[in-house]
Amino acid sequence: MDYQHIGVTVLWLFLYGYIIIGAIDFGAGFFAFHAKLTKQDHIINNLISRYLNPVWEVTNVFFVFFFVGIVGFFPDSAYYFGSTLLIPGSVALILLTIRGSFYAFENYGQEGKLSWLFLYGATGLLIPASLSTILTIAEGGFIKEDKHGVHLEWLDLLLSPYAWAVVFLAIVSVLYISSGFLTYYANKAKDNEAYKLLRQWFLIWAIPMIIICQFVFLSLRQHNETHFNNAITHFWWLFGLSTTFFIIAVTLIYLRRAHGLAFIMMLLQFGTAFFGYGISKMPYILYPYIDINKAVVNEQMALMLVIVFILGLLLLVPSLILLLRLFIFDADYVKGKK
Amino acid sequence: MDAVVVSRLLTAMTLGFHIIFATIGVGIPLMFAIAEFIGIKKNNPMYIAMAKRWSKGYTITVAVGVVTGTIIGLQLSLLWPSFMQLGGQVIALPLFMETFAFFFEAIFLSIYLYTWDRFKGKWTHFLITLPVIIGGTFSAFFITSVNSFMNTPNGFDFIKGKLMNIDPIAAMFNASFAVRSFHVVATAFMTAAFILASIAAYRLIKNKFNDDREYHKKALKLTMTVGLIASLLAMLAGDMSAKFLHQEQPEKLAAMEWHFESESKADLVLFGYVDEKNQEVKGAIKIPGALSFLSDNNFNTEVKGLNEFKKDETPPLIIHYFFDLMVFFGVYCFIVSAIFVVLKWTKKWSQYNKPLLYLAVLTGPLAMLAIEFGWFLAEMGRQPWILRGYLKVADAATNADGLSLVFIAFAILYLVLGISSSYVLIRMFSHSKATDDVNKIIERKGEV
Repeated sequence: MDYQHIGVTVLWLFLYGYIIIGAIDFGAGFFAFHAKLTKQDHIINNLISRYLNPVWEVTNVFFVFFFVGIVGFFPDSAYYFGSTLLIPGSVALILLTIRGSFYAFENYGQEGKLSWLFLYGATGLLIPASLSTILTIAEGGFIKEDKHGVHLEWLDLLLSPYAWAVVFLAIVSVLYISSGFLTYYANKAKDNEAYKLLRQWFLIWAIPMIIICQFVFLSLRQHNETHFNNAITHFWWLFGLSTTFFIIAVTLIYLRRAHGLAFIMMLLQFGTAFFGYGISKMPYILYPYIDINKAVVNEQMALMLVIVFILGLLLLVPSLILLLRLFIFDADYVKGKK
Repeated sequence: MDAVVVSRLLTAMTLGFHIIFATIGVGIPLMFAIAEFIGIKKNNPMYIAMAKRWSKGYTITVAVGVVTGTIIGLQLSLLWPSFMQLGGQVIALPLFMETFAFFFEAIFLSIYLYTWDRFKGKWTHFLITLPVIIGGTFSAFFITSVNSFMNTPNGFDFIKGKLMNIDPIAAMFNASFAVRSFHVVATAFMTAAFILASIAAYRLIKNKFNDDREYHKKALKLTMTVGLIASLLAMLAGDMSAKFLHQEQPEKLAAMEWHFESESKADLVLFGYVDEKNQEVKGAIKIPGALSFLSDNNFNTEVKGLNEFKKDETPPLIIHYFFDLMVFFGVYCFIVSAIFVVLKWTKKWSQYNKPLLYLAVLTGPLAMLAIEFGWFLAEMGRQPWILRGYLKVADAATNADGLSLVFIAFAILYLVLGISSSYVLIRMFSHSKATDDVNKIIERKGEV
């Protein structure tokens, strides 16, 4: 593989990582708020904070890693995305900031203010919505280049059915992934009441999730036909696998069986769909301006980045495993005994 | 307003706000590591409680540090897209390594905060502070490397407006990297120590809980000692910086000192004001020959003056005040901590006397102001360049619409964050008695 493909694969993997753990985090925030409003907070809040407190900061790093990496491997993306995303990027940043800091104020400061919990819960849904817009823009058609530089066509974006389909998919997936993980976590914690509630939420969100997926597909056909055709002719099997994994996951949870396996099925479901989407989009990061074969950073730097990346992983993977073993896979901790 | 001005103001505001939390973020882990170390070594629960309380407050500041750091990371591309496109070819390596260091720190910080009672050996938990300190310090090193590159670019050839033949290692370890990152880390340790010293001193003057006096005395003793050592290192770093500027960035040194004509036996100028047209400095204290000495340890060294540079390539003269204030505040902290340590040592007078406590309360805020002024000096001192010698700030700003709106939104955000984080921190500790925390630790030990 050449550097640009290594680079883009690494970045896509990290983005996938961020989407999964970010979704768990964002959804958990919304559920915590929702439970408070409906006076069910005593059921699940302990469970959620036991999981979230130790990992929220790590979640954030996945995001930082992605955007630093993309600018590093493909500096042109700094120019094209940077010039056009000032407003949507700033909105996403402000939301992320509010969420991160008020989460800390609320949890470590022991404040228990409903308005803070509201900020935390509402941003949990708005952040995926605003971040997913960036994926839409990358599909092309919303950025125009003229002699003054590059510009975002706002009106086109706001009127695009594809853009809205992606936003809804992002929000619903967040609720789906999050409730799926928490169902597994509650089952592991043997927290029956929380389990019941979360399982119910998971089953509720599974249906709109799969419907919106179809809608995104159809609107992609309208929006970027090359991409759509590439996806269905060469990578249809990835999307087929994704649907299969989805059916297995929902069935398992419906039957209250093998919750760990069900969660892995969800990971695979999103993984196959996400990589199918990404691979059929190649070679463009931003259609038609950033082609990975032309925009890759110079060779010496790309080599150094790959070396550093491997060394970094040697450091990170054992640390992450330690973190997971201490907080996610430690039965006593999950049950609240530690 | 002009896009360049707004972009500069917004970047300055974000960095000015972030640097408060970033400095605390680098410095505090060292402090709670030392406290825990002493606590275990002396088997004294008071120091353990100290480490616990400091790290508890740290969770709030680190959260704000993480989110504002994320903001500046993205704002670089949003506000200066052309710079990132050009410079991205060369600074990608330290930026990338910074995220690894940060990742490492984040993981172990989480582990540290949630495993106080989970390990059998009491040293195991202490050992977790090491990766946190290493992660934080390296993160500071790498990000300073990016900034140093903007001051003293190196490791590439500039051909037809593009950076070619790149040597990533040479770019990362550019001329100013070592001196500046040493300065950044030393002053971060210094500032963190003095902030905690301020709190302890304040509590000794005004205290709701009388039982806590012993705890705060211990805290003050520890923080003042660390503060003294770190401020010595910071002064050494400062002296190295002056010598470095003389060699590599003479226009910054000249503007800093209102030094117009090249001459040997150059004066060091303190405060005063300048008549820019006639190049006259008025009302200042001048120390003859000191600037030459500072530059090269020799009174006869010739120091380059501003008139040797092109008019449109020299930094604004206001940076003189930032330099003076930074040095003045830094020296203040050094003197206060030195008096404290000497008094403790001679045992003739109590080092906890009221006047000294009042002076100590000021050290934390002044050290933080010194950090801010130091960065103003460093950043404005390389104007008009964004990449010194290659790309001017005026050519690098974004041309996107809505910049003023974004500026206002972030200004409100920082205001809200600043107020609410202070509120939470004060609430967290004003009603909680340190002695209670100490007793909890003693009780828990009794159980085991």
